[in-house]
Amino acid sequence: MSDDHVYLSLAEGHDDSDARWAFGTGFEDPLHGVDTAVPETVDAARLAATCLALGDDALVLAQRLAEWVTRAPELEEEMALANIGLDLLGQARLLYARCGQTDGTGRTEDAYAYFRDTGDFRNVRLAELPNGDFAHSVLRLLMFASWRLAHFTELAGTPDPVLAAIAAKGVKELTYHRQYAAEWVVRLGDGTEESHARMLTALESQAPYWEELFAAEDVRDAVLADLRQVLDAAGLPVPDPAPLPGSGRDGEHTEHLAPLLAELQSVARAHPEATW
Amino acid sequence: MTEAVGRDTEPDLESHFEATIARDQRIEPRDWMPEGYRRTLIRQVAQHAHSEIIGMQPEGEWITKAPSLRRKAILFAKVQDEAGHGLYLYSAAETLGADRADLTQRLLEGRQKYSSIFNYPALSFADVGVIGWFVDGAAICNQVPLCRSSYGPYARAMVRVCKEESFHQRQAYELLMTMMRGTDAQREMVQDAVDRWWWPSLMMFGPPDDDSPNSAQSMAWKIKRHSNDELRRRFVDMTVPQAAKLGVTLPDPELRWNEERGHHDFGTPDFSELKEVISGNGPCNAQRMERRRTAHEEGAWVRAAAGAHAAKQAARAREEAVA
Repeated sequence: MSDDHVYLSLAEGHDDSDARWAFGTGFEDPLHGVDTAVPETVDAARLAATCLALGDDALVLAQRLAEWVTRAPELEEEMALANIGLDLLGQARLLYARCGQTDGTGRTEDAYAYFRDTGDFRNVRLAELPNGDFAHSVLRLLMFASWRLAHFTELAGTPDPVLAAIAAKGVKELTYHRQYAAEWVVRLGDGTEESHARMLTALESQAPYWEELFAAEDVRDAVLADLRQVLDAAGLPVPDPAPLPGSGRDGEHTEHLAPLLAELQSVARAHPEATW
Repeated sequence: MTEAVGRDTEPDLESHFEATIARDQRIEPRDWMPEGYRRTLIRQVAQHAHSEIIGMQPEGEWITKAPSLRRKAILFAKVQDEAGHGLYLYSAAETLGADRADLTQRLLEGRQKYSSIFNYPALSFADVGVIGWFVDGAAICNQVPLCRSSYGPYARAMVRVCKEESFHQRQAYELLMTMMRGTDAQREMVQDAVDRWWWPSLMMFGPPDDDSPNSAQSMAWKIKRHSNDELRRRFVDMTVPQAAKLGVTLPDPELRWNEERGHHDFGTPDFSELKEVISGNGPCNAQRMERRRTAHEEGAWVRAAAGAHAAKQAARAREEAVA
């Protein structure tokens, strides 16, 4: 590398070449060669609803993970949480794009993220809960990633080729997310009295939100068995709480989603005519 | 002959070290080096690492507010890269016998510094672009020569850091290009950010050469390869045409091309402001340190738990081995 050329070439070759920068380096398009037409056997409205719900889950949790930036307990965790947040943000973008192709509106990913209101979001409430301490965050991530991994594994065989490709890519990412979170749940459950107590508090406050994940899926038993294994290794009890009424899937949210979205949408809504 | 093997005297070692530097070859972790060289490097590499970590803060605030998902992903990835730079710079410092936890403690106690630039606030999303253009640009000017630094692990870390920063800079400039093609409000945001960041960016190169106490020895040891003023001038020369292409005005009435010198003439940054910021009195010094300290303190129980778990695991493994 010469001393100068990296900087000197900065002003060159930027016109109308946005696409080159869209996803950073080393990004493989998971939809390369995939036919985006909706197969005749697939109910487009249902497909769109699935993509929207899964996209909202990913966007909202990615936003929570972004809140950890510069606040993580160690640099390695700073890297890992950002990595997971980026994966989920990538999943949200692909899912929104598919939603726009199938719900009849032709909307862009940004239309879904920035120009819908709280009641239009279809994410599970578990994703929108505040980060709390590191115990809360890794427990939420464990449950979310375990469930999403099981669900995506099934979706990888779904008749819509686009959703199947998105899910297949997601499986690789979610396997790591789950592993990362499980390791921390075990460390914190087993570590010190304080970390054990914090894990118990996290379990108690989050467990009522778990049932919502299973409302429409048949992965409940497998996910709970997986969770039990991790909690056993961590020396933590498996809670059996009464599920909360209502569902984020129907647009019923906690009081935490509106402020999250207000922040996420603040700049975009202040400049609705702008391009970024 | 036999008695002398492995028993080089200090003058021998020193002349070997000096000869290695003179031949432009690298000093590696196991090589003998003068204590002053080691100390200077630890200070420089640690301050560089601290700068990467504190430098996540001004831009990091905008990840949750980025106005498109694409910009959100780009910014998220950039800030993550900075954490990565911090990690491998701390590792480079550890090859000199330093310890990351100790260096972090020195930062938190104010005994080691970080780049003055990160004590300025990022007030709008345009700042994300201007920081990437100016601050990453100035960092590249500073660091590309460091890829030839005499200390091997630092030089190699710089190669990777520079490649990634060059990528960040391009993305930032592309954001500014897009904003300048957008609405009037967007163009005003960009110009406002340029006005605020220009002079602090020029100060990133440090005090003028005649007032830079550590420079001469660092240049002699080839830890540093160009003087502060030389790098500052280079930054200005490279940035002026980019500003013109972008359509923004750099806020310096004295800035003009000097045909005779083949360089731009430009005004003198307010170095008394630099001194104030370095002494802890910049707009955001207290806020930046407070965030770093809070994260460190709130993470203490997590690090303790990880340590306790590892110790328990090791004890269990020993018990199993005995059984």
